[in-house]
Amino acid sequence: MVAGDPTQLLLGKHATAKQMLELKRELGLDRPFFIQYLDIVKSAFTFDFGRSWSTKQEIIEMIKIGAMPSLTVSIPAFILSTIVSIAVSLLVSFFRGSKLDRFMVFTCVAMMSISSLAYILFAQKFLAYELGLFEISGYESGFPYFLPYVLLPVLIWVVLNLGPDVRFYRTIILDEIYQDYVRTARAKGLSEKMILFKHVLKNAMIPIITYVVIQIPFLILGALLIESFFGIPGLGGITLNAINSSDFPVIRAMTVLSAVAYIIFSVITDVLYTLVDPRVRLK
Amino acid sequence: MEQVEKMPETEIAEQKSKSLWVHAFYQLISDPFAKVSFIIVALYALVAILSGFDIIAGNWDVQFGEGYSAPSWQHIFGTDLFGRSVFLKTVKGTEVAMSVGLVTAIISMIIGVTLGATAGYFGGKVDEFIVWFYTTVTSIPYIMLLVAITFILGKGLIAVYLALGLSSWVNLCRLIRGEVIRHKDREYVHAASAIGANEFTKLFKHIVPNVLHIVIINFSLQFQVAIKSEVILSYLGLGVQGRPSWGTMINDAKQELAQGVWWQLAAATLAMFVVVLSLNILGDALRDALDPKLKGKK
Repeated sequence: MVAGDPTQLLLGKHATAKQMLELKRELGLDRPFFIQYLDIVKSAFTFDFGRSWSTKQEIIEMIKIGAMPSLTVSIPAFILSTIVSIAVSLLVSFFRGSKLDRFMVFTCVAMMSISSLAYILFAQKFLAYELGLFEISGYESGFPYFLPYVLLPVLIWVVLNLGPDVRFYRTIILDEIYQDYVRTARAKGLSEKMILFKHVLKNAMIPIITYVVIQIPFLILGALLIESFFGIPGLGGITLNAINSSDFPVIRAMTVLSAVAYIIFSVITDVLYTLVDPRVRLK
Repeated sequence: MEQVEKMPETEIAEQKSKSLWVHAFYQLISDPFAKVSFIIVALYALVAILSGFDIIAGNWDVQFGEGYSAPSWQHIFGTDLFGRSVFLKTVKGTEVAMSVGLVTAIISMIIGVTLGATAGYFGGKVDEFIVWFYTTVTSIPYIMLLVAITFILGKGLIAVYLALGLSSWVNLCRLIRGEVIRHKDREYVHAASAIGANEFTKLFKHIVPNVLHIVIINFSLQFQVAIKSEVILSYLGLGVQGRPSWGTMINDAKQELAQGVWWQLAAATLAMFVVVLSLNILGDALRDALDPKLKGKK
């Protein structure tokens, strides 16, 4: 992949200037940048992204086909990793300052220090190929059939997110644990468990919701690396292929798609605040 | 003996009179994990500098033995496809990793602090514009942003620096903005304007030093994120060219693993793991030492 004139990339090294000019006109690249920009903005509302340069498919069709495989990986992975991380961080907050806490925090940091690519490569090689515990790669659509193919990707996703998530949730929970109302609750004679689940967790909801909801728009694209390694025909894989073949319209469409999703979910976060915290009012 | 016993008293006196920084320094050197981490990072930096001046690992591209020989006493990490020593490649890769970490962290620090401080201090339209700008940047997936920047800049080390630096300043910018907003109406800022300091002096000479601890913590974390991101860039074919880096080594492993060649992946992952872990521990220790909110809590 190289930077430069996209028409040259499409036509190859031996293209004549005339050919390049013609192709430019065909693709609409000869128009002023501002007009091209307006087209992109328009596509955020109409979802008319044009056709892919390399496969000539309608991009919106590619998105419709690719969304399902992506979501079958990203949604279970996301739900599972959120639940596991919050559970672990509640556990370590309960035993804060103890050996278990310090050990878990260190483990999280250590897990975060390994490249995500190394996780994928080692897991694929040893868990799937050598031990045969999982499918090495591939995908089948339809409810029970996709399950064996998404198991390992989901597992890797959870492991990748466990480190940063537990650290984040633990900090949030510990921030709350030293507040005055917790001392009051303790003075009232509530059990430590009761305090953690009924008081602390409720008050920590705002940062937790922000953190959780803002990840959702990026689930649509799925995990780019995981999808391409496990041959899952989702949007992440499509995006990576587009990057490798300099397929600008597809890259553009995916960027617009995730930006739109991001805006929608930012608004949803604000609305959720009013639900969990009665002190917050929307203007 | 007497002198030893007197030492703590002077220490305490200094802690009281001498601010956060001295206190933080003592807390850091009393933490064995932080100390070891610091030494490891310093060693990596030394290796990077030595290899940068071609004093060590200059012969990484020499063929030492057969291609893909497994780790042995002669070549502790084995050899790669061309019979080059994986150990020397790993050492040489330190240079790319450390420079990518350092330069990226500096770029994102400069942008993040400048924009964050400006937005927080001046407020109004300026603030709105900067907030709009970084919200726009966050709405684009990280990998897309990296790709877009390298598309414009072409391939190579400079492109890697800029791509990672330009896509990683948002978090710091947001933190600095919030912190400057909290500080700008403090008494010391009013005192500064009373003695005739202009806006620029007030912001960069008086407020920014007070939020510097955030910058330092963020710097050490940014450093390791950049080292990890270099791997992703290499995987996308946008990494450094014509010289070994941990990213290209890990990326090469996608084909090698099928042939049972695991040592290149293992060596690069291990080298990276040690330094990234150290930077993480150091970052945490710095946060514990410098963040006044965390004092007395564990």
